[in-house]
Amino acid sequence: MRTPTYFAAEPLAAELRLPTNWLDYTILGIYFVVVLGIGFAARRSVKTSLDFFLSGRSLPAWITGLAFISANLAATEILGMAANSAQYGAYTVHWYWIGAIPAMVFLGLVMMPFYYGSKVRSVPEFLLLRFDRGAHLLSSLLFAFAAILISGVNLYALAIVVEALLGWPQWVAIVVAGFFVLAYITLGGLSSAIYNEVLQFFVILAALIPLSVLGLKRVGGWDGLTDSLTKARGDDFVTAWGGTGIGSDNPLGANWLTIVLGLGFVLSFGYWTTNFAEVQRALSARNLSAAQRTPLIAAFPKIFIVFLVMIPGLVAAVLVPQIGTADSDLQYNDAIPYLMEQLLPNGVLGIAVTGLLAAFMAGMAANVSSFNTVFTNDIWAKYVVLGREDAYYVRFGRLITAIGVLASIGTAFLASSFSNIMAYLQTLFSFFNVPMFVVFIVGMFWKRASMKSGFWGLLAGTTAAMVNYFVLYKQDVIGIPTDQGANFVSAIAGFVAGAVVMVAVSLFTAPKPAEELQGLVYGTVSPGMAEPPAPGDEAWYRKPALLGWGAVILAAACYIPFSF
Amino acid sequence: MSEQFEPDERAAAAERLRHAGFSEADVQREVTELEEKSATAARIFDLRRIIGGLFVVYGVIVTITGLTDSDADIAKAQGININLWTGLGMLLLGIFFLVWLKLRPAAHPTPPVPPVPPEAVEEKRPE
Repeated sequence: MRTPTYFAAEPLAAELRLPTNWLDYTILGIYFVVVLGIGFAARRSVKTSLDFFLSGRSLPAWITGLAFISANLAATEILGMAANSAQYGAYTVHWYWIGAIPAMVFLGLVMMPFYYGSKVRSVPEFLLLRFDRGAHLLSSLLFAFAAILISGVNLYALAIVVEALLGWPQWVAIVVAGFFVLAYITLGGLSSAIYNEVLQFFVILAALIPLSVLGLKRVGGWDGLTDSLTKARGDDFVTAWGGTGIGSDNPLGANWLTIVLGLGFVLSFGYWTTNFAEVQRALSARNLSAAQRTPLIAAFPKIFIVFLVMIPGLVAAVLVPQIGTADSDLQYNDAIPYLMEQLLPNGVLGIAVTGLLAAFMAGMAANVSSFNTVFTNDIWAKYVVLGREDAYYVRFGRLITAIGVLASIGTAFLASSFSNIMAYLQTLFSFFNVPMFVVFIVGMFWKRASMKSGFWGLLAGTTAAMVNYFVLYKQDVIGIPTDQGANFVSAIAGFVAGAVVMVAVSLFTAPKPAEELQGLVYGTVSPGMAEPPAPGDEAWYRKPALLGWGAVILAAACYIPFSF
Repeated sequence: MSEQFEPDERAAAAERLRHAGFSEADVQREVTELEEKSATAARIFDLRRIIGGLFVVYGVIVTITGLTDSDADIAKAQGININLWTGLGMLLLGIFFLVWLKLRPAAHPTPPVPPVPPEAVEEKRPE
């Protein structure tokens, strides 16, 4: 078990301080100006609440697709996955190829017709239509809570990293980043958040590609990298499946079964198909075809981004063999900042700093923009102040955005008890997204699932995952070697408990009348699904099935060189 | 925020309250109505212009930096003139977006149609 927390980064400040100069700050300054400019320019397009919360369901697929990947590619993901690689090695590919692609394709091909076609504005709203108010309110509250918590994680991580790299006091970083996110979402709503996410996607690529190239050059190319790591960490460190047999020992603390079921099925499907911060991007697409293509377009960059986070992590593990242990000042999370400091000259360094800050802000903005939507549409407009004119809910959405950002600042400090940010996020997702996924999958494929079963499945799944993690694992009742391994098992526990309770409750309570399930259950159709495709959507490269299966085959092929 | 409701307004408010979006029909109707009034498609600017502009500016700045880099900078980057290459790459990406914008300007959405009864809307809402 790793003990150091992320606070240990503080004494590093002097060591990791980047040699930034006026040029780097100019590049950063230009970015901040553009971010605000997008907010002001998008303000004109906000007329109705649908514009503010869902971009009027009118954006093209390439924009929503890149925003979809960008909302996931927050800085916590980038730094966390590099940390994962430095710690566990090439196992990181599992989070991408089996832990993302199948779920993204499933979302696009199977679930999106129900989400988009039913015209719901949020994931909880779908539960309202499919189940009842109990499931709706519980999922809305859980989501709103989780979104603020995760947004706080982002902000806290940003403050720590910016303090170490640029020497800004933590509160300055928090106030500056919080202000910009607050400003551009309040002004332009989701359109502004999505546009900035697409911009961030390209800036972060411009930062990570040079870093990976230089990192590889530094350790003698890919062969030099794998040779050094094999020598230092053993053969399994640079393979995807080595040492994952049931009962055998590996640094990840998980076997192939928990990887496939826990990560690849439960955690991943829970995150990608029911996390509203992601799904919201697809719901803002301009028609069903574009909504379906949103996660599919995102899948292709996702397959290759793993190299841009894994290579810096592995390179850091070679350059600093003691990384993450008591013998080194560097933590796993410092892998990318360390390489930036070692390798990047001014200029590209400014791009990298900008990319990192942009990724922090985009990660936070994705959570804030989904939080304000759920809080306004699903909590406020349905249970607190009902039936007001549309303009009122736009005003309220702007107000709650400000409150959400302030609340994120308050929760930033909760993030301090885990050194590996990713483990923290995954822990949270296993508690909030997994039960959501059970309820969705059972509700979407089983007509008989009753109105009440949604609420009880959600509650039972969340409780089971938490009990497994905080009681059985943390109190050492069951022996799981690592946090990540425990996450996978907790996710499976939450899934099974949720499913069992849903079936049991359904057997004893009333089903939803069939006429109220049109377009919500597999095999039925709602009026929204019958919309004709836009001209041009019939082009072969826009066929969802081709894109989806192409992504799955490509991801499977990527495993081949890492499997033998 | 206490607006005075005109009689029409009040009737509309009562109607909204009766259908506060708890059933599938309510949600479908509400979102369809909002889509009719939505301004995003008509008024949002083209993102390609912003990406193109920013990356051309960044590309020029970083390329010039690469051309003037000292030997120490290049040595730090493992002997690669990384500013030059990254700058050129960003410049190309920026130009790509501007050319794309030029060649395929956004199709201007059809102007908002005059109010149509909801039944007709269900049948043939333009996409």
